[in-house]
Amino acid sequence: MQRRIVSLWFPRLAAERSLRANPVDAPFALTLYDRNSERVYDLCPRAESAGLNRGITLVHARSFCPGLLTRPADPKADQRFLRLLARWTTRYCPWVGLDGLNGLFLDITGSAHLMGGEPPLLDDIRARLARAGLTARLGLASTPGTAWALARFAEGIAGPGETLARIGPLPLAALRLADQTCTSLERLGIATVSDLYNLPRASVARRYDPEVLRRLDQALGNIPEQISPLKEDTSFAVRMTLPDPIGLLDDVMAGAERLIGHLCEQLDTAQKGARSLKLTFRRVDQENQSVELRLARPMRDGDRMLALFERGVSAVDAGYGIDMIRLEATRVEDLGPRQLTPSQTLEKDSLADLITQLGNRIGLENIQRFTPVDSHIPERSFKLVPAAYSAPVRSWPYRRPRPLRLFPPEPITGAGTTPPPRFRWRGRALTTLQAEGPERITPAWWEGDDDWTRGLRDYWRVATGQGQRLWLFHTPQNPGWYVQGEFG
Amino acid sequence: MSLPFSSAYPLKRARAHEVCGEGGLVFAAITAGQASGPVVWVSERWRPVVNPEGLAPYCDPGKLLVTRADTPLNVLASAETALRSGAVGLVVAEITDPIGLTEGRRLQLAAETGGTTALLLVPEGGGSNAAETRWRCSGLPASGTHGRATSPSTGPWQNDHDSTPWLWSIIKNKTGTLSEWVVRWDAAAHRVIVVSEAGG
Repeated sequence: MQRRIVSLWFPRLAAERSLRANPVDAPFALTLYDRNSERVYDLCPRAESAGLNRGITLVHARSFCPGLLTRPADPKADQRFLRLLARWTTRYCPWVGLDGLNGLFLDITGSAHLMGGEPPLLDDIRARLARAGLTARLGLASTPGTAWALARFAEGIAGPGETLARIGPLPLAALRLADQTCTSLERLGIATVSDLYNLPRASVARRYDPEVLRRLDQALGNIPEQISPLKEDTSFAVRMTLPDPIGLLDDVMAGAERLIGHLCEQLDTAQKGARSLKLTFRRVDQENQSVELRLARPMRDGDRMLALFERGVSAVDAGYGIDMIRLEATRVEDLGPRQLTPSQTLEKDSLADLITQLGNRIGLENIQRFTPVDSHIPERSFKLVPAAYSAPVRSWPYRRPRPLRLFPPEPITGAGTTPPPRFRWRGRALTTLQAEGPERITPAWWEGDDDWTRGLRDYWRVATGQGQRLWLFHTPQNPGWYVQGEFG
Repeated sequence: MSLPFSSAYPLKRARAHEVCGEGGLVFAAITAGQASGPVVWVSERWRPVVNPEGLAPYCDPGKLLVTRADTPLNVLASAETALRSGAVGLVVAEITDPIGLTEGRRLQLAAETGGTTALLLVPEGGGSNAAETRWRCSGLPASGTHGRATSPSTGPWQNDHDSTPWLWSIIKNKTGTLSEWVVRWDAAAHRVIVVSEAGG
C-alpha cells in the first residue's frame, strides 16, 4: 500500500498557546532571553504586520510597535503542549511522530477512509484546530519530506505519483536543507527543487554535501525515512460509574474490591507492581474525596491491597452518596513473577504490609532503619533511612563501647582533666566511683558542626556511686565538662 | 518462696510488659536482642533515638524498625498496629505520658491477637494495671572493691561491659510473686546471668 503522510505545522504554536490561556486584543509577542538580550520568540499576525519578526530584540520591537504586549516564553511548556497535540492527533491515525519544535508527522496510511477520504480528513483537522485557536498548515504526500515541503510552502495534497510535480516548483528550502547550502546552490542559479533534480547526480554528489542528495531522495521517496511514534505512557487506572449512589462502607469496599481486581490484572499483564495508589470517590454533589495509599514494597496482590485501604476508606465522608469510584496506580515499579510458596515471602509480605499501615498513619518516611556511617564522630556514626526504600543492614560494625542514648551535651561543673569527683546532673548530686578514659576525639572540621566549636574532646566513661553510667567529656582547649550520653 | 529468674525472664510471649527506672533502656535493648524476627521500636519524633552503636553489643541494630510518631497518641496507635499484625517479634514503645487502663488493655489485647510481645518503657509510676509484668531496673554502684574513694579511680571498668551489674526487680506480676535480682550481661554467652538474688 502506498504510504500517505500528513505534515502538520503550527507556525505560531508558542504565541497561540499563550493566547489560548489568556487572550489579548493587541499586537502580541513572546520574548526569550537569548544572546544577551530579550528577543522576540514568537508573535501574533498583528505584530507581524506591524513589521516585527522573530529574533529581533525587544527594544527594536517596541520602537516599531509601541502598543506591543509581551509575555515571557516557556519553550518547555510548548513542548509539552506539542506532545498533547500529538496525542490528540492519534484520533486520526495510530502513528504520530514529532517533527522539530512545532510540527507533527501523521502516518495516515490506510486510515484516511475513516474520515471520508483525504480532503475531508485535512478539513476536519484544520477545522478542529481552528476552533481550538491554533493556526495549522497541512501537507499530505507519499513521503514525509514532500509533506513537510507542502505544509511550509504550498499547502495541499500531492496524490501518489505526483510527488515530483508538486515539489518541483518549490524553492530549495523546501528540502529541509541548511540555509548556507541553499544560498550557495542559489548562487549557481539553482533555485527550485526541479532545477536540482535535473542536474547530474554524480556532479552534485561530488561538489556538495551528501545531505543535499539525501534530502532530495527522501522527499522523492527513493530512500526511506522513518517516523518515530511517541512512547505511550501507560497509566494504570480503572473506574466504575454507579447507576445509583452508594454510601455504606461495605458497598464502597465491595466496589473498591472489584476495581482492585481489574487493576491487579492490568499490573499483572504489564509485570508491574503498584507503589502508590489513589482511590477517588466522586459524590453526587460533584465533590471528590480521595484516599491515598503508599506501599512499602511494590505489590499487585488484590486482597492485601484491599485490607490496607480499609482504614482510609472508613474515613471517607460519603455525603449524599458516591456515584463514581476511580482507582489509579500513581506510581508503579517493575515486579516480576514470584514464587509464592516459601514461608519467607509471606513473612516479608506481612512486614511490608505493617510498614505500609504504619506509614499511612504517621508518614512512610517515619518508619526508619539504622545504617552505619563511616565517621568517628559519635553522633554521626549512623544514619536513619526510610525502611520502605532500604534493606536491613546485615552486620553492624562494632567499633568502641558507646552509650545507649546520646543527647546534646549538657554542661556540668568540674575542673581539671580527670572527671570531677562530685557533680550535679539533671538535678541530682552524683559521685564518680570509677572512670575510664580518656578517649580523644577530634572534631571533623570539614563538617562545620556547631556542637564541636569547643575543639577536642576527651571522653570518659564514668560509673557513679548512684548507679548511672554516663559518658562525660572534657574539652581541654576550652576547659569545661559535659555529659553526652547514658550507658543505662 | 522466691520466684526463679528463669520463670520471669525471658518475658512471657504475646503479653504486654512494662519497664521503668533508669536501666529500662538496657532492659529493652537486651529483650530486643533476644526477640526473634524484626523489632519495632516506637518513640516520639522529638526524642533522641536509641544509639545503634550502643545497642550493638546487646542487639543487632539492623533488626530495628525505628518508628517515629508525631504524637503520644500515635505512639500507642502504631504500637497497637504493629502488635496486631503479628509480623514482628517484639514491639518496644517509649511512652512519655502515663497511660490509663484503657490504653494498657488495648495493647494487651493487641499483643494477644497478634501473638507478639510488647514492652513499654514507661515513666516511673506511669504504667497501667493491664500489664502482665512491670519491672524496675537500675544500675548498681560498681562492686565494693574500690570503695568510695575521695579521688575516683581511673582504671578500666572490670572486664569492660560484662561487669556492669544491674538491679532488676519485678514490681508487678499478674501470674506470680514479686522478686528482684542482681544481673549482669555476659557478652560471651550473649545473655543475662543472675549474680545474686537480692530479695524474695
